[in-house]
Amino acid sequence: MSTQGTSAAQPEAAHLERFALSPARRRKDRLARGTILAGTLIALIPLALIVYYLLRKGLGAWSVSFFTTDPTGNTFFGGSSIGGIKSAILGTIEIVALASAIAVPVGIGVAVWLVEYGKSSWFAHTVRFFVDVLTGVPSIVFGLFVYIVLVVGTGSTYAGYKGSIALSLLMLPVVIRSAEVILLLVPSALRESALALGAPRWRVIFSIVLPTALPGMITGVLLAVARAAGETAPLLFTAAATLKTSFNLGGFMNSLPVQIYKDVTSPTTAVVNRAWGAALTLVVMILLLNLIARLIARRSRLA
Amino acid sequence: VEAAAISTGERSFLERSPLARLPDRALRYGLTALAALILALIVYFFIRLVGQARPAFAKEGVVSFVFGNDWNVSAEHYGALPLLVGTLITSALALLIGVPVAVAAAVYATELCPLRLRAPLTLLVELLAAVPSVVYGLWGIFFLAPKLQGAEQWVADRLSFIPFIGGGLVTIPNYFITGLVLAIMILPIVSAISREVMSTVPADHKEAALGLGATRWEMIRVAVLPYCRSGIVGGAMLGLGRAIGETIAVTILIGDAPKLGEHLFAQGYSLAAVIANEFGEAQGVHRSALFAAGLVLFVLTLLVNAIARLLVVRAARSKGSGTGVQAAGGMSSVAGAAVGA
Repeated sequence: MSTQGTSAAQPEAAHLERFALSPARRRKDRLARGTILAGTLIALIPLALIVYYLLRKGLGAWSVSFFTTDPTGNTFFGGSSIGGIKSAILGTIEIVALASAIAVPVGIGVAVWLVEYGKSSWFAHTVRFFVDVLTGVPSIVFGLFVYIVLVVGTGSTYAGYKGSIALSLLMLPVVIRSAEVILLLVPSALRESALALGAPRWRVIFSIVLPTALPGMITGVLLAVARAAGETAPLLFTAAATLKTSFNLGGFMNSLPVQIYKDVTSPTTAVVNRAWGAALTLVVMILLLNLIARLIARRSRLA
Repeated sequence: VEAAAISTGERSFLERSPLARLPDRALRYGLTALAALILALIVYFFIRLVGQARPAFAKEGVVSFVFGNDWNVSAEHYGALPLLVGTLITSALALLIGVPVAVAAAVYATELCPLRLRAPLTLLVELLAAVPSVVYGLWGIFFLAPKLQGAEQWVADRLSFIPFIGGGLVTIPNYFITGLVLAIMILPIVSAISREVMSTVPADHKEAALGLGATRWEMIRVAVLPYCRSGIVGGAMLGLGRAIGETIAVTILIGDAPKLGEHLFAQGYSLAAVIANEFGEAQGVHRSALFAAGLVLFVLTLLVNAIARLLVVRAARSKGSGTGVQAAGGMSSVAGAAVGA
């Protein structure tokens, strides 16, 4: 770009010649830029392949009965009798809904505390540090935690709500950190003017701070929900041990990721095909959540 | 008279009644309790996990549990070395393959690509994060692994003179394919954090380099990359944390063979995979051994993540500006959230 100035038409061209790019440097620049572009393209290949295969294999498995029957069919005879994924879809929705009902109020509460009360006290720093620790904990370890406390601890067996609690632990750090970032963006002039008008602190938080930050916080929450919906590991030994549709979160509950995991390990082709169909369903659900989150984020006046 | 009323009266007319102050107190203490609860919860979990893992540590000894090369459930020997090695090899592979690609994508998006392409490109890379890990496992085992088996065998045959890499028979599930899929899975987070850090490079630095006659690549090399080094390393460490803790995709792809694989293209096991795979049927000491494996995994990810946070935050802080701190410290956790597990 800057080197193109050395055009022959100009009278100074002759002595500008010494500023020209040496061929070696030019080659190096081209080579490096080419490598970077190649790396970028390589990064996009897996996405294309995954989308292509999901659509090709998954759409083939989709049918009306795929969404309206439970995966209780007999797998030995193959064919269409193996059943669909109704219980898995409903189970995922129920488990994730309860997980959100736990994680969202707690997460936003902690974020409000960090921004409005804790600020930069040592205790707030400790809480932030522990929230970061939570972010890094592998999801299967959350499964172990919940198993120890709620299955071993209570002497009972698996249940849908135990899976929800495992997922809510997973969502918590995401909700807290994203809400904190958004709450920090609420202009302090808004808070100060409300306080100056005589509003008590709690009114300032509930009537000024939270409504202002709402769209941004919804984005964070939806991203957390999308993350939780795709998790398999924490549900393996907290919620999943059934095939039938259940509306009782106190009992066993199926879910999409666990259903896929079980079907992947099956030797029957029809069952593996059901896994592809279920995978496409799950990815579409998560993508929708991501899309909505992005749309809301774009509309938000903060950030 | 008024002044007297203020000083001698029970409370100033500006002051709220104790009753009206109650919700404020309640909210304040309630929220503080909530924050304290999170701390207490983590400490409690850790103690309980150690408690559950104790029988296995007592039977094998801590050192020989972690470094014993014998995971044999039927003989009741629990040495986690094959699992630890599987976790480390696959995560290292993921970094080796994933980080250069992720950084290239980030450099391209922030420095080279036409402005119009920047947003769609970023979105496409981040879409990789929306794919759940079980779907990566499904895709990896039924598409990628069979497709690459021939190529892997070719490489293994050509490199047979290098111990551990070449020579053996390539199986469909193996260390390499697991590392490759993990590389794809950590791509979005490493790329997102690299991009965040690169966007904090002051335009002055870049313009100064260009003004001195640097080519684009030279500008990237002397102005952008050195400025972002610790941020990129931090992002890579966060990716490493993800790779170490990844469970389901690894369980499907690594082959779940409870021994040290002889070479890169052999089956193995990982810490997370062993828990997912064996926990359902485990009893007694076996179950305790799985808790112990979880504890090792927990401590490992804790260390990696602590180093990563330190690097990312320091990278942002040393650059001074408040937006930088937020970009790398705060926003990257949002980006990290966006690019989920």
